[in-house]
Amino acid sequence: MFKILKYSFFDLVRSRWSYVYFLFYLLLAATLLFLNNDLSKAVITLMNVIIILVPLIGTIFGVMYFYNSKEFTELLLAQPIKRSSIFIGLYLGVAVSLSMSLLLGIGVPFLLYGLTQSAAIWDFSLLLITGVFLTFIFTGIAFNISLSNENKIKGFGYAIMMWLFLAVIYDGLFLMSLVFFEDYPLDKLSLIGTMLNPIDLSRTLILLKLDISALLGYTGAVFKTFFGTNQGLIISISVLFLWVLFPAIRMVRKSNKKDF
Amino acid sequence: MIKVQDLHKKFQKNIVLSGVNLELKESGIYSILGPNGSGKTTLIKSILGMVLPTKGSIKINDKSIKAAWDYRKQIDYLPQIANFPSNLKVKELISMIKDLRGNSKRDKELINLFGVEKFLDKKVGTLSGGMKQKTNIVLAFMFDSPILILDEPTTGLDPVALIHLKELIQKEKERGKLILITSHIMSFVEEITDEIVFLLEGNVHFEGNISELKKQTSEQNFERAIASLLISNHV
Ligand SMILES: Nc1ncnc2c1ncn2[C@@H]1O[C@H](COP(=O)(O)OP(=O)(O)OP(=O)(O)O)[C@@H](O)[C@H]1O
Ligand SMILES: [Mg+2]
Repeated sequence: MFKILKYSFFDLVRSRWSYVYFLFYLLLAATLLFLNNDLSKAVITLMNVIIILVPLIGTIFGVMYFYNSKEFTELLLAQPIKRSSIFIGLYLGVAVSLSMSLLLGIGVPFLLYGLTQSAAIWDFSLLLITGVFLTFIFTGIAFNISLSNENKIKGFGYAIMMWLFLAVIYDGLFLMSLVFFEDYPLDKLSLIGTMLNPIDLSRTLILLKLDISALLGYTGAVFKTFFGTNQGLIISISVLFLWVLFPAIRMVRKSNKKDF
Repeated sequence: MIKVQDLHKKFQKNIVLSGVNLELKESGIYSILGPNGSGKTTLIKSILGMVLPTKGSIKINDKSIKAAWDYRKQIDYLPQIANFPSNLKVKELISMIKDLRGNSKRDKELINLFGVEKFLDKKVGTLSGGMKQKTNIVLAFMFDSPILILDEPTTGLDPVALIHLKELIQKEKERGKLILITSHIMSFVEEITDEIVFLLEGNVHFEGNISELKKQTSEQNFERAIASLLISNHV
């Protein structure tokens, strides 16, 4: 597995796209710092971007890399290597290299700006951790979708639709249902609704930590009253873990049943 | 060494293999023949564990291959369509496979034999069909495993390379390997094969050596004998 991880990782690190991704975050972080002149404000803006964009990039890269490695996978399948090692190796290769671009791209400008002396360091670290979680989650989902779809175009379409649903449509539906069922006790429903969407969950997690009530929103408030800040943080991180785990498990299962 | 029992495979509704039984005990050269789409590659990929049978079992050295992967150390495989990562150079591809599979003592010798050193620095994606096939051959013969599976090894080769390939296959046989080949080039098959396995409509339609085949079909010419297997079935 580690050998395969190594090959896909270096393959990606050598590719142009990793640099584009890295430079994009570098520019974004630098611009935000320049405009805001305030670390904690920059963190909030950054959060809004990361939470939408990181899933999109994980999804697109995951699907693209999966289909582009078709030859590599076929070559490996005839070798004395476990199937699960092949796919987990590829998956980790993508997820790790994307996470690196993210961490370096955002981390470097913030460090240069004097992050270590700032109180925002923990908020900032949590933001990066969440970004890494989202990268792993959405790369995993993308791999699942590509494994299930022989047709590249279809796979790409489904993956983008999945992202659109979780990043945009879900929130709308969620809000509408909250308004619609106004008269009922909605705490639990909204808790579950948040946990079922890793993007919402990540947002809640960060806002909990930032503890800005104005931004917390309904679910965040429910989270806070229900679990308290600390327990809320722990629970949302655990659920994010599950979100990483399930796609990975399904990926192994699915790949074990597929003909190549 | 290879035992296939009641192997069934269908892709969605397309029934490709329906109860293939095959036992290859001794070393030697076996040819799987059959028309396009008769399931030769499917049978081979099932043995390699790339295609999963709908029903039936496959054993290599008396061990079931189901959910196993270690047994592939015993097998060298030359795929029918050589799909390699196109952004790698030939030498990077070779060293990558060596790294994944353990060291090879024969790669230099094979690279020389097939003249691959001339394009070691080329990207795989820019190779000609025959160059790609030569690379494919080097990769397949490199590890000296006891079982050798070659799916259409002659595709695209020039006459010189073809002669080298035949000699190489004969040499491997003399060293006690079991070699499984598919090919549509009848002169090639006739020259090298010990046993023929003829697949038709999902089953083994004929199994035996060339003289048995000629006797059964009362044809003196090998190519005609094979053709008559096909025709007699269609009448
Ligand atoms: N992965 C797959 N998914 C769906 N159908 C497949 C798959 N692989 C093979 N088939 C089908 O199985 C049948 C047998 O294919 P196979 O490649 O085994 O034939 P073959 O005997 O090797 O033919 P050829 O002489 O052309 O190489 C064909 O109808 C093919 O379309
Ligand atoms: Mg074939």
